[in-house]
Amino acid sequence: MWSWVGHRITGVVIFVFLLVHVLDTSLVRVSPEAYTAVIGAYKNPIMGLGEAALVAAIVFHAFNGLRIILIDFWKKGPKYQRHMLWSVLILWVVVMVPFLIRHLSIVFGGH
Amino acid sequence: MSPIETAETAPEPASKIDLPAHLGGGGGEIPSFDITLRVRRFDPETSAESTWEDFAMTMYGTDRVLDALHKVKWEQDGSLSFRRSCAHGVCGSDAMRINGRNRLACKTLLKDLDTSKPITVEPIKGLPVEKDLIVDMEPFFQSYREIMPFLINTGHEPAKERLQSAEERERFDDTTKCILCAACTSSCPVFWTDGQYFGPAAIVNAHRFIFDSRDDAGDLRLEILNDKEGVWRCRTTFNCSEACPRGIQVTQAIAEVKQAILSRKI
Repeated sequence: MWSWVGHRITGVVIFVFLLVHVLDTSLVRVSPEAYTAVIGAYKNPIMGLGEAALVAAIVFHAFNGLRIILIDFWKKGPKYQRHMLWSVLILWVVVMVPFLIRHLSIVFGGH
Repeated sequence: MSPIETAETAPEPASKIDLPAHLGGGGGEIPSFDITLRVRRFDPETSAESTWEDFAMTMYGTDRVLDALHKVKWEQDGSLSFRRSCAHGVCGSDAMRINGRNRLACKTLLKDLDTSKPITVEPIKGLPVEKDLIVDMEPFFQSYREIMPFLINTGHEPAKERLQSAEERERFDDTTKCILCAACTSSCPVFWTDGQYFGPAAIVNAHRFIFDSRDDAGDLRLEILNDKEGVWRCRTTFNCSEACPRGIQVTQAIAEVKQAILSRKI
């Protein structure tokens, strides 16, 4: 059940991001200066952590989404769902560790 | 003298084996422990709110949660209400939420639970509570009736039994094990939200007939389950498979029904 709860929560997080993302990107049509100002405002450590959380949510949602597709369409999916959940979590760690090392060193690297 | 009379009148021969005292036959060796049973009480005649009530008792290693409930009802508080019938995991009357998981009280040994902490016992979720651990099962059985849980065969009635190969029987063997205890349906988060969903138990029992080679109404049942409150509300959370006291692979059965609706192939 918790993989389902996690899938829902990350789904809502991604939806909220996309909403904001469409809004700020469309600003470039209104005025490029306003767009640059808004994007510039994102360059702080809090937003950096937010980006890390966003990528974490997307990576989980993507891998778990594949797992759900396999549960629905692969004959042995329901039988191996638990193994697949562990695979999702392992893949999540494998992707997130290198990303966080690079991303956080840029965010907090001071430049 | 007839053989029946002999059996009634002849005394049973004495045992030829003398058991040494240390092996004994008494019940003293069974380990005992003190437990606290924390039961969710609800009495609509006295209060609209349900409350927790603790009962302390000494139980033995061979006792189940049902025995603890009996001890409360028979020795401490006769007003405690719960369902049970066979008490051996066959009738499916005593499904309840024990330590947050749906189980049969008659199949859950106390020694398998953490007896150092209070053992919580609540009614199953998603169905209206009537009193203490008794819920109104009507919505559950309503869904069950809707999938037509009986053999429908339009052909001529055969003079002898309807034959079926071992492979054909194997196809739906898992779903024949259902005892309609509602542990699966009341563990489903989709069922909790509004109770409109057919629920895993109804789909399991539909599966039992849909994939039965002797039954002709598979298409009809697929049509019933191809509803917005039917199989498509299953979010594959696997709570039902984990809750089933009979070990039925419930989510697997639901997935097979989904596939059959998509391909219209049974």
